[in-house]
Amino acid sequence: MPDWLQLMLTSFWPLLRGGLIFTVPLAILSFILGLAVGLLVAVVRLFAPKPLVWVASFYVWIIRGTPLLVQLFVIFYGLPSAGILIDAFPAALIGFTLNVGAYTSEVIRAALTSISKGQWEAAYSIGMTTRQAMGRTILPQATRVALPPLGNSFISLVKDTSLAAAITVPELFQQAQRIVAVTYEPLILYIEAALIYLAFSSVLTALQSRLETQFGRYGGFLERVR
Amino acid sequence: MIRLTGIEKRFSGNPVLKGVDLTVAEGAVTALIGPSGSGKSTLLRCANLLEIPDGGAVEIQDLRLEFSAGRRPSQAEILRLRRRTGMIFQNFQLFPHRRVIENVMEGLVTVQKWPKERARERAMDLLGKVGVAEKAEAWPATLSGGQQQRVAIARALAPSPALILCDEPTSALDPELAEEVVDVLRALASEGATMLMATHDLRLARSVASHVAFLEGGEIVEEGAPETIFSAPAEPRTVRFVRSLGA
Ligand SMILES: Nc1ncnc2c1ncn2[C@@H]1O[C@H](COP(=O)(O)OP(=O)(O)OP(=O)(O)O)[C@@H](O)[C@H]1O
Ligand SMILES: [Mg+2]
Repeated sequence: MPDWLQLMLTSFWPLLRGGLIFTVPLAILSFILGLAVGLLVAVVRLFAPKPLVWVASFYVWIIRGTPLLVQLFVIFYGLPSAGILIDAFPAALIGFTLNVGAYTSEVIRAALTSISKGQWEAAYSIGMTTRQAMGRTILPQATRVALPPLGNSFISLVKDTSLAAAITVPELFQQAQRIVAVTYEPLILYIEAALIYLAFSSVLTALQSRLETQFGRYGGFLERVR
Repeated sequence: MIRLTGIEKRFSGNPVLKGVDLTVAEGAVTALIGPSGSGKSTLLRCANLLEIPDGGAVEIQDLRLEFSAGRRPSQAEILRLRRRTGMIFQNFQLFPHRRVIENVMEGLVTVQKWPKERARERAMDLLGKVGVAEKAEAWPATLSGGQQQRVAIARALAPSPALILCDEPTSALDPELAEEVVDVLRALASEGATMLMATHDLRLARSVASHVAFLEGGEIVEEGAPETIFSAPAEPRTVRFVRSLGA
């Protein structure tokens, strides 16, 4: 067996372990929490009184206008000087959640506004409250519209979690760096790490298209465009 | 009794309804006719509070709400009045993500909190009545326009509203499909449903309505029996409008 293959095999488990214990949970948790933040921000920006809208817009402006890596550094290395100490994993979780929240809020807002006013009125005409109309009529249709861009956000997020290596989270990429530090084989290790990321995102892409099919089963306008 | 009194509505300062009085007797069908922009849709939407009137009162059976420019009724008041009405839209507005039968069940299950099975039975009865029972499990997008509008009628009827509002229920349909919908509405009328409908469709107004009101510039110019309004109107403005319809 060639040396490079030997090295790949022996490092495979440490890398995959970093992926399964840190990369995947970090991505899934921050995406779920981020979606909740994104929905809240979208609803605030569409329906809430002006001052709240300003707060929400300010948040989106800050997050979208600054690099994610810098945000992570502020949270993990910066906040301790202000007396706020956060462990690496929760710091990464907060950073990614805030990031996902800001970006998905725009997607969710666009999806919500893409559902016609007539659907709100149909819901109101049978006596629904605003909350019922939102939950049963608007949100399910908006979900279908938002699914493709949200899927893309999630796949980007999985790859972006490698930035957590820079704030000492021992995830997949950091495991690769550690092994490189002792083996001096950057090409082999980083390609191996890349392949594992590729496998993760391929699985997610397949999952995304299954979800889209399921949400698209009622046919209608999206189908007619094709 | 359904009574609209002194209904006023302005959009950014523009008066669209200028104190409209209209009464619909229990079991009667009133057709609203009038040129485009005369305020027909706005009046219907004021009756179920999709628009909140700036003045006047809406009375449905024993429930009466008064409006004035400064005061918005509470959400609970709006819902109580609205739940006595059903609405049929020009472009159907079925819920595309719910099957036909679920569209009809929605108001019963979500709003009236009926058990699912009972709601399904009533929905099935109504779909039979409007002649689309065999489409119960289909998605709305797979139905013809006429079928979609008949499902929309069943959806509006499900909670047994005291007043059914129809905003040009046939004008998005080809003549043959419009005919199906007119038939269903006529059957409803003969069973004693109380309806207020805006329409440009003479056949609909003639064959279904028991009373016709002509609206122009946000005011009721003339009202009366269909034969009178269509054949021997008194007001010159009505004469001109009816002639333009080719009646
Ligand atoms: N939401 C709104 N905001 C501003 N103006 C409005 C709004 N809804 C209606 N209007 C205006 O009010 C007037 C009456 O409109 P309405 O839709 O009630 O007329 P209509 O009689 O139903 O006409 P049509 O026969 O074309 O349906 C029109 O001038 C319209 O532009
Ligand atoms: Mg209209």
